[in-house]
Amino acid sequence: MTFFLEVLIGGLLSGVMYSLVALGFVLIYKASGVFNFAQGAMVFIAALAYVTLAERFGLPFWAAFALALAVMVLIGILTERIVLRPLVNQPQISLFMATIGLAFFLEGIAQMVQLWAFNDLSPRPLTLGIQDQPIEWLMNEFDILVSSFDLLAAAVAGVLVAALAVFFNRTRIGRALRAVADDHQAALSVGIPLKTIWGIVWSVAGFVALVAGLLWGARSGVQFALTLVALKALPVLILGGFESIAGAIVGGLIIGAAEKLAEVYLGPFVGGGIEGWFAYVLALLFLLVRPEGLFGERHIDRV
Amino acid sequence: MLYREAGQFKTSYAADQQLLPIRQDRVALIVLLAIAYLAVPVVANDYWFNAILIPFLVFALAALGLNILTGYAGQLSLGSAAFMAVGAVAAYNFELRVPGMPLLASFALAGLCAAAVGVLFGLPSLRIKGFYLAVATLAAQFFIPWLLVKVGWFSNYSSSGVITAQPMQIVGYVFEQPVEKYLLVLTVVALMALAAKNMVRSAVGRSWMAVRDMDVAAAVIGIPIMRTKLVAFAVSSFYCGVAGALYAYAYVGTVQPEDLNLDMSFRILFMIIIGGIGSILGSFLGAAFITLLPIFLESALHAITQQFGLDLVPGMTSMVQLLVFGGLIIFFLIVEPNGLARLWQITKEKLRLWPFPH
Repeated sequence: MTFFLEVLIGGLLSGVMYSLVALGFVLIYKASGVFNFAQGAMVFIAALAYVTLAERFGLPFWAAFALALAVMVLIGILTERIVLRPLVNQPQISLFMATIGLAFFLEGIAQMVQLWAFNDLSPRPLTLGIQDQPIEWLMNEFDILVSSFDLLAAAVAGVLVAALAVFFNRTRIGRALRAVADDHQAALSVGIPLKTIWGIVWSVAGFVALVAGLLWGARSGVQFALTLVALKALPVLILGGFESIAGAIVGGLIIGAAEKLAEVYLGPFVGGGIEGWFAYVLALLFLLVRPEGLFGERHIDRV
Repeated sequence: MLYREAGQFKTSYAADQQLLPIRQDRVALIVLLAIAYLAVPVVANDYWFNAILIPFLVFALAALGLNILTGYAGQLSLGSAAFMAVGAVAAYNFELRVPGMPLLASFALAGLCAAAVGVLFGLPSLRIKGFYLAVATLAAQFFIPWLLVKVGWFSNYSSSGVITAQPMQIVGYVFEQPVEKYLLVLTVVALMALAAKNMVRSAVGRSWMAVRDMDVAAAVIGIPIMRTKLVAFAVSSFYCGVAGALYAYAYVGTVQPEDLNLDMSFRILFMIIIGGIGSILGSFLGAAFITLLPIFLESALHAITQQFGLDLVPGMTSMVQLLVFGGLIIFFLIVEPNGLARLWQITKEKLRLWPFPH
């Protein structure tokens, strides 16, 4: 039973890490209807920017964080200006494919930066001052291994979601964002500046990517494989629904827990290696029951 | 001047509805086929066959398959490489386990296997649309190669699921030389392209396009959505499966199912974006472009680094390739969303009107 609990908690906490990445997708999708495949590349480039600034130039944490954030905001604004604005009114699928192109482009740039800054492409360690160690108190009392790093990630995710909720629901910009998400034209006609709003959304998504990049980078090193994190976040998204921040969190928890449990209890029967696809198949089966995800909005088609 | 249809009168419905109604197009196609069948085998060397022509044709077939699904039926798929893997492994097993199995029959059966798997993974498309479906097809992309590697039977218990294609033999004749392989692939691809061209202008093709443009409206006018979508998945996967079999037998020879990964699926998607979504010709143009681009980039990088006396950093080519691919995709989507095929169409229209601008 303790073993089951341990697996479950580990899964839930790693699910939070997926949620962090999924949040970035949700933000952009909510406000602009763009399914941003480049989110994984943005996570990588954010983590790399931080590591380059912190290690290559020896900046302290807050300075490196602020500068990396500035880089992400710049990328967000440039993306809006160069890629998305010319594609306004194109079918959503075109925008999606454009973000696949953007993902490739950013990955190429990021690798070049890494090569320039560190002269090789091996994973760069990233330290946040938190050890990836089990918490002693829980270990002694309940005999459960829970990493303090995972708890930190969960706490960060919690704070981030709370902050985003406040931002979306209580601030002027947040209301404008929700208006844009509801209806572009109506928002424009009441005087909401669409271009500014999109710039802000991409910047916020860049911020979320930076937070996710720092945590993932501290977990597994800053390397090209970080871009694959986005692929882990996709089943979370379709499970939770594209439009829902809560969905991203709940979906992440479900996927994380189910994946870990399946790996431990189902993996041995099929020879292991199921973590690559299990989340997808789970999300797929789920979609057959609820095609718009857990918290997604049900769309009514009209001719 | 040369390309003008003035004076070509059609006196029957058959003449009006033929594939290439303009005489110059027919002549051009015959010339093109003559070059492909007669001139290229004489002129090209083994490098050309192995590194450019055969992969071009194989990927053109895969792109054709994806174009049927994404371009004509409007169902975005990110799993085309997985269906290629199914085709490759199925063809290998038919050849291996059925004594005296004709090669082309096992290619066709491999295509049918891929079609069956395609229908299975196409089932969610009945309930879900758009991005949800795109993500759902990723399930196929991750699950199928894993299964093919995990279950040893598929690869005859070779290590890590590698399959080694048997020699290609048709009625006792062994296709061994690159030029022979090229001619075989060319024939298969040409016939399947012809079939696709006819399919998309038939009733089934028109119902695909109706579903793509608006599925609710299509349902209202009496098009069976379920059958249309599943047929699109089946036909598309059939093409990808045959492409996978050709990939294994004529191009690489030894395939690990994991080589046919998400990157390959993206590459095929890029082919149809650059070539032209919803265009048979576009699949070929895009495949040619994506096949030639890395070779061109590599030699360009070599030339540049030698010019300035620099060392080529290892891995640089792949980075520049990512950069250029990404940039080109965005460029094409913004500037010419209908791809190279549309540019060709514009050229033809201009030629017909020449020397007048309108």
